Amino acid sequence: MADSETQPQTQPQTHPQTQPETQPETQAETRHGIGVSPGTAYGPVVQVAPPVRPPAGEGAVEDQEAALADVRAAFESVAVSLEERATRVDDTAQQILKATALIARDKGLVKAAAKELAAGHGRAHSIDNAVETYAAQFEALGGYFAERVADLRDVGSRAVAAVLGVPAPGVPSFSEPSVIVAEDLAPAETATLDRRLVVGIVTEAGGRTSHTAILAAQMGIPAVVQLAGATEIPAGTPVALDGDTGEVTIAPDPELVAAQRERAARRADALAHLSGPGRTSDGAEIALLANIGGVEDAVAAGAQDLEGVGLFRTEFVYLSATKAPTVEEQTEIYRGVFAPFEGRRVVVRTLDAGADKPLKFADLGPEENPALGRRGLRLSAERPDLLDAQLEALAIAARETGADVRVMAPMVATAEEAAWFARRVRENGLPKAGVMIEVPGAALRAHDVLGEVDFGSLGTNDLAQYTMAADRMQGALSDLLDPWQPGVLDVVGLACEGAARADRPIGVCGESAGDPLLALVLVGLGVSSLSMAPSKVPVVRLALSLHSVAECQAIAEAARGSRTAVDALHAVREAARSELTDLL
Amino acid sequence: MATRTVTIASSVGLHARPAALFVEAASASGLDVEIAKPGEDPVDATSILGVMALGARHGEEVVLTADGDGADETLDSLVALLSRDLDAE
Repeated sequence: MADSETQPQTQPQTHPQTQPETQPETQAETRHGIGVSPGTAYGPVVQVAPPVRPPAGEGAVEDQEAALADVRAAFESVAVSLEERATRVDDTAQQILKATALIARDKGLVKAAAKELAAGHGRAHSIDNAVETYAAQFEALGGYFAERVADLRDVGSRAVAAVLGVPAPGVPSFSEPSVIVAEDLAPAETATLDRRLVVGIVTEAGGRTSHTAILAAQMGIPAVVQLAGATEIPAGTPVALDGDTGEVTIAPDPELVAAQRERAARRADALAHLSGPGRTSDGAEIALLANIGGVEDAVAAGAQDLEGVGLFRTEFVYLSATKAPTVEEQTEIYRGVFAPFEGRRVVVRTLDAGADKPLKFADLGPEENPALGRRGLRLSAERPDLLDAQLEALAIAARETGADVRVMAPMVATAEEAAWFARRVRENGLPKAGVMIEVPGAALRAHDVLGEVDFGSLGTNDLAQYTMAADRMQGALSDLLDPWQPGVLDVVGLACEGAARADRPIGVCGESAGDPLLALVLVGLGVSSLSMAPSKVPVVRLALSLHSVAECQAIAEAARGSRTAVDALHAVREAARSELTDLL
Repeated sequence: MATRTVTIASSVGLHARPAALFVEAASASGLDVEIAKPGEDPVDATSILGVMALGARHGEEVVLTADGDGADETLDSLVALLSRDLDAE
């Protein structure tokens, strides 16, 4: 499937402003991005400096010893500033920063830079080349090791800035609670933000499921991505943001800030009183699960009040590797992901790659239409060796950790494909096989497709793309990709009916699952599990607790009875209980 | 020259936090400590990039060597460190 997680999807009309229109006295200006981490925030803007690259045309150095001293001093200053930051953050972030400081102090890095200087490169290029030498080694190792490349390049970029005497990239130091604004944030940057000082995050790039979005949601910092012109907002300008609606107001008026704060406080209060498994008001069990993409996500999600993992994306195991990862390498990673979920379910999506995310070791060549090409299970059919190695590793890790592991295939279109996949899963000793329902043809014939397996999981982002024939990479088509489109809701509804006839459970692991109003619609359509960013679980738990199954069904009917996406949302807002909608 | 062979216990292998703890401990000893995969060229145990570039994974063996006063004690404590699942702590 085209990755549900990395594509921008703007849907400005999805959440109309619930606040009364405030009269702007100053130059208050409201813009819309995509809300990716719930909550509201208000504070002055701190602009994050972009990475620094070596200048073009940097000549060779004349005095190599002096240049080496400069390079050494640059790395040392980076180490010192990282260590200084480490004193101001929590334990996890502290370890990341200290490990990054160790990289900056690495003797090998200075030696490699010295070689580059001797080869006639300038200071900045020597630093950059030295960093890239190690980056290439880590990338070749793949898996976990490749994940460290971002930290290494961050050190390189900081050292280049230091040697050039320009401001360091990344988050400048600040002492007042602020809203961080950036083109995009590096994972290490987001992970090491001081939660006491960072009240909100706004990025110009990124998507619903970019690193920034995922980490911000996990850290519980309200965040908006895809805000046009964000990096041009002058530093120090006060902004108010709403991480649910995606609304950002520049120089807001005090009434708006007060209304947002009051609503946020009521919501926090309502959420604080609920915990445990997802249930409707009449006691129907709806599993609340997490979407995760790696070991770090798993550890974070494992510590939270949720029932397991509804979507573990395994692409990262493959994408950075230059050769197919071995069973042993994969087992090690899966063990790390499953360990926090002993006794809980973990739904694993098998390798999902295609021409838009080619693998170095299984590239079937360029395609005109990668979203419609040999991707997902279709790639596995061409390279069953890759699938078998993955299933074998998953089975070993499942036995060793005691997690309730269930495996599902992406991009399944027919009952034959589902049967083929289920057989391979069982041959590898895994008890439960399922399929993603993201191809409309499979949704319409869910009865047959799911009859071959144990469960289904709706990937609503791709299902919307294929149902509406709108490329998820095309920002201009975002209205068509709106999950409230009645056409998409119909296809979801038909898939749920097919699942019910086949007596198979069906869940949702697309972004829709994390929207409290859409979650009610999905439950009304017959879904029995919802998988989302972990930070979205509490508000969805609240939404479910306030509505019975019959009410969810009435809400779903109201949505499907609407003529347009905007009407569907309005109808659901009207039909849902005000105890919920007053908090949104 | 003191030598020890130890199996990496950390479930994610010798990288990130486990590597950082190991490098810090090796550096603190003040000795020349080296680490290698059996039969491969050793790297400086105080270089985090060198240690991570080994690519030592869970369950793999590594060979530690050190020279000088207290080499045995140093290696014993490094072996103890690598024998724990540092990520689980």
